[in-house]
Amino acid sequence: MFSLIFDGLAIAKKDLLEFSRDRLRLITFVIMPIFMMSLTGFIFPSQNSLKNINIGVANEDGGETSTKLVQVIEGLSTNNNGTNVFNVKDYPNIDAVKTGIQEQKINGGFVIPANFSAEIAANKQAEVTIVEDQSNPQISALTNQILAQVIGGYGKQIGISKIQAILVKTRDIGVDNLATASAKSATSTAVKAATPSAAATLPNLPSPLAFLEPIKTTIVGIVGGQSNYFEFVAPGIMAMVVMTAVLTGLAGSVSRESEQGTLDGILVAPVRRLSIIIGKAVAQSVRGLIQGFIVLMLAVFLFGVTVHGSLLLVALLLGLGIFSFVGLGILVSAAASEQETATQLLFMFQFPMLFLSGAFFPLQQMPRIMQQIAYLLPLTYAIQALRKVIILGGGIADVRSELIVLFIFGFVTLLIALPLFNRLVKR
Amino acid sequence: MDKYNVENAGEDRENIIEVKNLVKKFGRFAAVDDITFNVKKGEIFGFLGPNGAGKSTTIRILTTLSLPTAGDAKVAGYDVVREQDQVRRHLGLVAEKVILYNHLTADENLDFFGSLYHLPRKLIRQRAEKWLPRLHMMEWRDHQVGTFSTGMKQRINIIRALLTEPDVLFLDEPTLGLDPQTTNVIQSFLRELNDQGVTIVLSTHDMGEAEALSDRVAIIDHGKIAALDTVVELKKLVPGVENPTMQDIFLKITGEKIRDAVTGKVGSGARRHF
Repeated sequence: MFSLIFDGLAIAKKDLLEFSRDRLRLITFVIMPIFMMSLTGFIFPSQNSLKNINIGVANEDGGETSTKLVQVIEGLSTNNNGTNVFNVKDYPNIDAVKTGIQEQKINGGFVIPANFSAEIAANKQAEVTIVEDQSNPQISALTNQILAQVIGGYGKQIGISKIQAILVKTRDIGVDNLATASAKSATSTAVKAATPSAAATLPNLPSPLAFLEPIKTTIVGIVGGQSNYFEFVAPGIMAMVVMTAVLTGLAGSVSRESEQGTLDGILVAPVRRLSIIIGKAVAQSVRGLIQGFIVLMLAVFLFGVTVHGSLLLVALLLGLGIFSFVGLGILVSAAASEQETATQLLFMFQFPMLFLSGAFFPLQQMPRIMQQIAYLLPLTYAIQALRKVIILGGGIADVRSELIVLFIFGFVTLLIALPLFNRLVKR
Repeated sequence: MDKYNVENAGEDRENIIEVKNLVKKFGRFAAVDDITFNVKKGEIFGFLGPNGAGKSTTIRILTTLSLPTAGDAKVAGYDVVREQDQVRRHLGLVAEKVILYNHLTADENLDFFGSLYHLPRKLIRQRAEKWLPRLHMMEWRDHQVGTFSTGMKQRINIIRALLTEPDVLFLDEPTLGLDPQTTNVIQSFLRELNDQGVTIVLSTHDMGEAEALSDRVAIIDHGKIAALDTVVELKKLVPGVENPTMQDIFLKITGEKIRDAVTGKVGSGARRHF
C-alpha cells in the first residue's frame, strides 16, 4: 500500500515538474480558463452588465409628461457604478427609429405619440410604442423588459396621483358630487405628482395602490442579491474547464509518454499499474483544481459572481468531479496509442457533454430524451451541485446525492478502466 | 531450430536468460514464432535480424513490457509472466527510444527513475557519479535533457538503465544515429560493464558492432532463430568467402531480399512493439 502511494506520488511529482518547465503548456493552462470565462462573461450579458445601449426615441408629443418620461429613461443607471443603461438618441418619428435599427445605429427605441400628454391630462389611456430590434433577440428582450418596466412604473405613478386626487375630493365633498369634481382635480395634480413621493398614502385615506395593484408580488431568493445569467453559467464553465482539462490532460499525458517511449521506463520498473494511474490522476487533479480556482477568481472579481456556499465544498465537488472522469481518461489513454487519436476520441465525449450537461442551458429547456441522456453524464451532476453551492449557498447535505453519483461514476469507470489499462499497455 | 542453428558455445556457464518455445502473435501474425535460446551469465549476446524479424518483440517480452502468447521465458531465474517484479529488479533497459523526459535535468531524470526502484536519493547520486564522468556527462547533469544532443541523451539513458546495477542490460539499437566518437565511447563502456559481470543483450543492425562486441550472436528471421553461435563459428556458415564479415553471414542466413512485412493493423497494439 505504501509503495502504491509512494510510486504514484513520485510519478505525479515528475509530471508536475515536467509540466512546470514547459512554457507553452503553462501559458495555455492559464490562458484557457481566462479565455473561456472572459468570452462567456462578455457574450452572455447580465442585466447589471447592460450599459450604454443605444436606443432611439421619437417624442412626437413634446409635452411635460412625455419629456419627463424621456428624462427618466435617460437617467436610468446601472446598479454597479452609475453608468447609464441607455444612450438615448432623438428621432423625429417611428419610421426614423425603424431606419435607425435597420442601420444598426440603435438597438431599439420607443415612440411617444403627439397627443400623449393631452390624453393623460384628459384622463384617457395614453400609449407608448416600443420598437424592437429583431436581429438581436437577447438584447431586444432585455431592452423591452427594462423599457416596459420603466414606462409601466412611470404610468403607475401618474395613476397613483390621479386616484389620490379622486380620494381627496371624495373625502372633501362627499360621494354624491364626486363625478364632476374629480375630473377637474385629477387633471391639475396628476402630472405634478408623478414622482415617487406622490405614492405616499395620505392620512385617513386608503392607499391608491390598493386600487392600481391590489395584489403585490414579492420575490424572495434563497440568498441575497439578484441572479443573472452569468451566475448560472459560471459554475458550469468552471466544472467544464476542470473536467476537460483533466480528461484531455490524463489521456494526453499517458499517450504522449507511450508515443515518446518514456512509459516503457516506468513499466519496466517494479511499479504497479495502479500507481501509474494514481500518479497521473493526482498530477492532473492538481492542475484541474488550479484551473478551477482561476475560473472561480475570475467569476468573482471580474464578473461579480458571489460564492454563497463554502469554498471547501466547491473544492471537494471539483475534486470528486475530477475523480469521476479519471476512469474515462484512463480508458481513452489506454485505447489510443497516439496523442492525436486520444484527442479525437475525447472530442467525441466532450462535445455532446458540453451541450447536454446544462452548462449553458437549463436542462428543463431540453426535450425529455435529452434530459435523460444528460443525467447519464457526470458533468451534469457536478454542475448541478456547484450551482447549489455557489449560487444558492447549499451545504454538503444539499449536494449529497450529486456527491454519491459522482463517486459511483468514478469508482465504476475506474473498475472497468484498470484491468483494461493493464491489458492494453501489455499488448 | 533451423538448419543454421549450431548453438554450442558457453555451455559450461549458468544461464541468466532461458527462453523456451516462445510465441507472440498479433492477430494471426506471429512476430515471434516458437523460439528457444539461452543467454549465459556474463556474456554479450548479439541479437540480429531484419526489420520486423521479432527482435524488439522478444526483448519486450523478456523485459516484461509485453506478454507472450505461448511459451516460457526466465530472466535471472524469474518467470517473465508470473514474477514480473523480480525480473524488473534484475534488468536494465535501453530501448530504441530514449527513456528520458526532455523538460527535466539529467539528475532529475535519474532521481525519478531511481525512485521507482525505491533507491534512496543518496544512492542514486552515488551510482550516477560513478558513471557520469566515465561517459563525459558530469558537467551536464544540471541541464535539461531537451537541450542535449542525441549522443548526450543516449549516454544519460544508459546511466539511467544502470541505476539499479542490473544483472542483465538489454540494449535495443544503442548506437543508432550516433557519431563515431560517441559510438566508440558507448561500445568501450559496454565492454567495461561486461568485464564487471553485467550480461548484455544487444539488439542491433550494426553488423560491425555485433561482431566487435558479441560473445555469441543470434540471428532471428521471420520470428524464428535462424542461427545462434559465436562469430567465429558463424563464419564457417559462409564457405568460399575469405574472412567473411558479419554482414556476409547475415545476408547468407537471412537472404538479400528486402523485407516489407507488416506487423498488424494500424492502431492495434502491434504497432507499439516494433
